[in-house]
Amino acid sequence: MSNMTFAQAIKDAHVVEMERDPNIYVAGEDVGVFGGCFGVTAGLLDQFGEKRVKDTPITESAIVGTAVGAASAGLRPVIELMFVDFIGVALDQLYNQAGKMKYMFGGKAKIPMVMRAACGAGIGAAAQHSQCLEALFMHLPGLKVVMPSTPYDAKGLLIEAIRDDNPVVFLEHKMLYAVEGEVPEGDYTISFGQADIKREGKDVTVVATANMVHTALGAAEKLAADGISLEVVDPRTLNPLDGETIIASVKKTHRLVILHEEVKFAGSGAEIAAQVAEEAFDYLDAPILRVAAPFCPVPFSPPLEQAYIPSEQQLIDAVKKVMA
Amino acid sequence: MDLTNEQLIKMYTTMVKIRTFENRVAELFAGGKIPGFVHLYVGEEAVATGVCANLTDKDYITSTHRGHGHLIAKGGDIKLMMAELFGKKTGYCKGKGGSMHIADLDLGIMGANGIVGGGPPLASGAALACQYLGNDSVAVCFFGDGASNQGTTHEAMNLASCWKLPVVFVNENNMYGISSCTRDSMCVPNVADRAAGYDIPGVVVDGNDVVAVCEAAAEGINRARQGKGPSLIECKTYRHRGHFEGDPCAYRDDAELEEWKEKDPIPRLEKKLLEMELLTESKVEEIKGALQKDLAAAEQFAEESPFPDVSVLTEDVYT
Repeated sequence: MSNMTFAQAIKDAHVVEMERDPNIYVAGEDVGVFGGCFGVTAGLLDQFGEKRVKDTPITESAIVGTAVGAASAGLRPVIELMFVDFIGVALDQLYNQAGKMKYMFGGKAKIPMVMRAACGAGIGAAAQHSQCLEALFMHLPGLKVVMPSTPYDAKGLLIEAIRDDNPVVFLEHKMLYAVEGEVPEGDYTISFGQADIKREGKDVTVVATANMVHTALGAAEKLAADGISLEVVDPRTLNPLDGETIIASVKKTHRLVILHEEVKFAGSGAEIAAQVAEEAFDYLDAPILRVAAPFCPVPFSPPLEQAYIPSEQQLIDAVKKVMA
Repeated sequence: MDLTNEQLIKMYTTMVKIRTFENRVAELFAGGKIPGFVHLYVGEEAVATGVCANLTDKDYITSTHRGHGHLIAKGGDIKLMMAELFGKKTGYCKGKGGSMHIADLDLGIMGANGIVGGGPPLASGAALACQYLGNDSVAVCFFGDGASNQGTTHEAMNLASCWKLPVVFVNENNMYGISSCTRDSMCVPNVADRAAGYDIPGVVVDGNDVVAVCEAAAEGINRARQGKGPSLIECKTYRHRGHFEGDPCAYRDDAELEEWKEKDPIPRLEKKLLEMELLTESKVEEIKGALQKDLAAAEQFAEESPFPDVSVLTEDVYT
């Protein structure tokens, strides 16, 4: 075990896998000498050379599309999209090509690729560099969607993603890059579709993703002082989604609040709420509530941006409402 | 480039094979045997044939929505193709893909593609794999005049040039993107002129002359195999039929079609081979007879095959 940041854990997963499998290459804008926009790939170029760590022109369709083509021809690309908002210029290659190939071709294609992207608000990057788009990817059959919240999860999930034979979208909330945690040396994997209970509790289940897991844990601490016990469930992967663990938790607590940073309207929480309503309606003692961003682009001005991001207080208010 | 007699006859046979397949698909579609829609390659056979004559099973191609010709020229099995067009379980994609998504990865066929401009980045990616793995393979990207205006095509060519990828971009300029004529959709006379923007060779060839196509493709493909990077070949051609079957073609006049039918690549090569005495009238009949027989067998196979069971609806989404 060693203490490292979320960013270092992601880099560590690259190193472990690239040492193991010579057919893994990394490509993206400024991933080489520059070390990636958030420093995640720093050092990979020196360690693995230009053949395996490729700086690309600013050309997202080609970054994604060449990864799809290369994956179907025997390589295992791990590409970086820099900001997830940029998927707008490359989405066809991801969802119409990578995501559908296996099905369209009657099961014969294999597209082992990972697309990493930084998401989320909090650094004043404004509307086109700050959104959370996990629900968009969840809606596309053929893709898997991973959204870690801790350094430990990030490394284990990324290694799993690289070894997966399907296209995987790996979403890294940029406010998590500096978060530290204990991470094992060497390789280990975390299976997809296994939610993690980040804090056990008995009164209210809070399902939270990415940096919102930490917001939920903060709220849990404060609410504990008021005698309210939160169970914080982190799905870790949104597709596949571990509905079973979430439902089991709701059956225990009888109350559910969902917390995510992406917009509330048609966000990932809507799917989670629907599954719980379908499978565990009779266990609920209160309506399911969602705490999430309002339906607007991410604003620039700091007070507006902070008002956009779901807060600990909003979660506490929602918890008190379902407890009332 | 000296083509052997055998190679010339093989290219003739491939072109006739594509033509007979497509003509029969038109009839079957009109007769309601084929669901959805189909885009036929009639008139453009020399392009796929001339290019693929230079490829092996280890080379990759990306195709388009007008993909039947590419598949046949690359060695695709017409039985499996026809069954797929019928939506049958025995088809190339178990009936899940249809005309626009037929693929045979064992033959390096990375799929027809329903998205105009969907293929070029995939071709550059396959070429990247060839370069990375250090094998002798190359990728060929077939794309139309419509796709030439897509951003993906530009991105794929630029990256291929930056990275010297072993890929040949083969533009099939049939002058129309559905109804839009290239006169209105591009402002240079030739798609190949755009090669200058990538500092790669760009050549224009008569896309209805299979020998010319074959020779130009050989140069581009050899260049790619030698590690000298990508090139762009524009094949000027014409589709005899509409964008899809049922297209009334109100956007072009009959005289233009007749003019291009005069340049039909198949009679052109046939005449040449008869003059060279590589073919005789009876040999022509023999070739056509054998192809018709294979086609009838493919049709029967498709007709007699079962539809997929609905239980497979959600299978094959993930590995």
